[in-house]
Amino acid sequence: MSSPEWKNPAIKWVDERLPVFSLMHHSTAGYPTPRNLSYWWNFGSLALFALIIMVLTGVFLVMNYTPHVDMAFDSVERIMRDVNYGWLLRYMHMNGASMFFIVVYIHIFRGLYYGSYKGPREILWILGVVIMLLMMGTAFMGYVLPWGQMSLWGATVITNLFSAFPVVGDYIVTLLWGGFSVDNPTLNRFFSLHYLLPFVLFAVVGLHLWALHAVKSNNPLGVEMKQPEDSIPFHPYYTIKDLFGMGVFLMFFLYFVFWQPNFFGEPDNYIPANPMLTPPHIVPEWYFLPFYAILRAVTFDFLWIIPAKLGGVLAMFASIILLMALPWLDRSKVKSCKFRPVYKWFFWILFADCVFLGYLGQKPAEQPYVIMSQLAAAYYFAHFLIILPLMGKIEKAVELPESISAAVLKKSEDA
Amino acid sequence: MRKLLIAAVAAFTLNLGAAQANSGTYVPEFKDASWSFEGFFGRYDQKQLRRGYKIYSQVCAACHSLNRVAYRNLSALGFTEDEIKEIAAEKEIRLPYGDAGALLNDDGEFFTRPAIPADKFVPPFANDAAAIDVNGALPPDLSLITKARKGGPHYVYSFLMGFMDEVPEEVMHQKGFVLNEDKNFNIYFPGYYNSMPPQIMDEMVEYEDGTPMTGEQHAKDIVAFLNWAAEPELDHRKSLGLKVMLFLLVLTAMLYALKRKIWANVKH
Repeated sequence: MSSPEWKNPAIKWVDERLPVFSLMHHSTAGYPTPRNLSYWWNFGSLALFALIIMVLTGVFLVMNYTPHVDMAFDSVERIMRDVNYGWLLRYMHMNGASMFFIVVYIHIFRGLYYGSYKGPREILWILGVVIMLLMMGTAFMGYVLPWGQMSLWGATVITNLFSAFPVVGDYIVTLLWGGFSVDNPTLNRFFSLHYLLPFVLFAVVGLHLWALHAVKSNNPLGVEMKQPEDSIPFHPYYTIKDLFGMGVFLMFFLYFVFWQPNFFGEPDNYIPANPMLTPPHIVPEWYFLPFYAILRAVTFDFLWIIPAKLGGVLAMFASIILLMALPWLDRSKVKSCKFRPVYKWFFWILFADCVFLGYLGQKPAEQPYVIMSQLAAAYYFAHFLIILPLMGKIEKAVELPESISAAVLKKSEDA
Repeated sequence: MRKLLIAAVAAFTLNLGAAQANSGTYVPEFKDASWSFEGFFGRYDQKQLRRGYKIYSQVCAACHSLNRVAYRNLSALGFTEDEIKEIAAEKEIRLPYGDAGALLNDDGEFFTRPAIPADKFVPPFANDAAAIDVNGALPPDLSLITKARKGGPHYVYSFLMGFMDEVPEEVMHQKGFVLNEDKNFNIYFPGYYNSMPPQIMDEMVEYEDGTPMTGEQHAKDIVAFLNWAAEPELDHRKSLGLKVMLFLLVLTAMLYALKRKIWANVKH
């Protein structure tokens, strides 16, 4: 699509020197989008919306927060009690983190179901995994800032993981801590990084969108756009659909903010951090639980050379990094599970497996949960490393529709 | 061997001790109590908060601090400015070194001044060590107690009502349970034994508003007050929430209508 001829002389003058109006046109009214996107395609824009909410509330929270072990907890309580609408800012930020993960996890599973990671969207997908990793790092460090019991002890457990690496492990941990235990220097550097990483996140989201605009959206049929009838312009069709989605999302989000603000939180984090007192249960935030379960599932030395602790750490990181290889592990030419009668079921088993891992992640490390975690973690890897490549070879896909418009017109004729 | 490995992993995630000690221990369901501040339209009952404040100031405050609440906050309970000034002035605040040029006066006593509404509730003990010395254990600050325990107000209420003279059978037969005559048995307290003796009894505090002075009522009232101390924004939060939700309902409905209109001629 070519740039429009700008009639307004002022707009024309600016656009010839800085083509910002052309850019806006290209990414809205001039951006072709499949006409058949379902509501599952709302979660990408919702994720960006959640990121913006997090950055805005975060900026205002920082104005009243003190990153010092003696004052952090008190400053957060001052925000809750004495800062005008401080409770609203903090509860939005706290619950916003959970919302961000809910939205992004749905976005990822949508990509898995409809094969959105397959060519030509490999880089788009990999950037998405990078975004998820950045989100996890940011969320983890943000949870440390209120300096409650779970902040301190969660940080202790997670930073200690790095000590599992041979030779360099202890140095990494000392570097992360800025000392020899989780203390004021740790809080300071986490605060600094917690403010930095969201902007890195923004940059990678920019790349993610850039890549998206180059390869265009996938769609529920998994058939690429071939002819003009397959697409509609992003604006106004998807701008209004996304806005409607945001309305629904805001109601879901704000229900928790106003009525269940501590639903996703741990009561222990309302106890000021105490290095002399370990809480009975150290549980990570819910969005880390499946990975935490994988971490704890490795209770045995691996191949006689990798001790259990290192094995667990490697398995946990591998479970995420593995996703980057997905475009090459899945050999099937068919993208959408709609046309994959067998793999479709494996997708749902994987989904159930992830939920089950999340459940196991919050259970104590004892039987029968340990063996269950091991089976569930093993299945997680088997899905990607065995089932997925095998399916591409043996599964017989249902016949694909000729084009998006053909399928859409057929559907409306049938109706 | 397997057990050893499991234990090793548990220890490395710092989950070991309590996770295993707690599993399988007997804890009954929390006692049934309901408050006006629960639910979608819930609001604090100001009279109840005042009764709860009376209990706090006459009973709990002897040992428990309420460090995050200021005297000025009592205006939310309906106290007038003058009343709050009077309440605050009953307490003395020790002046830090430098304000008076010295820490002690000529009689060897600390320089003090009466508290003012802007001050936080003056704690009963000068520091943790003094509190432990008198009580045998540190009485926790109560400012966030309903938020800092699983079960929130329901836990705190059950705890207050959960002291028992006799250890029940279910607990007695539990593996690893040891009687402790020096401490107080409470069925809801993790580990069962608490340093605080039971506090709730009928007519422990005199009510002027005609509310029955039963132990249950006292416990309910003090928990309501403590919940207010932990979440003073609750009334504002829920009423603002209703307005925001109403606005969003209308907005989202209009956006949906607009979406239908824009998409009317697109087969999809």
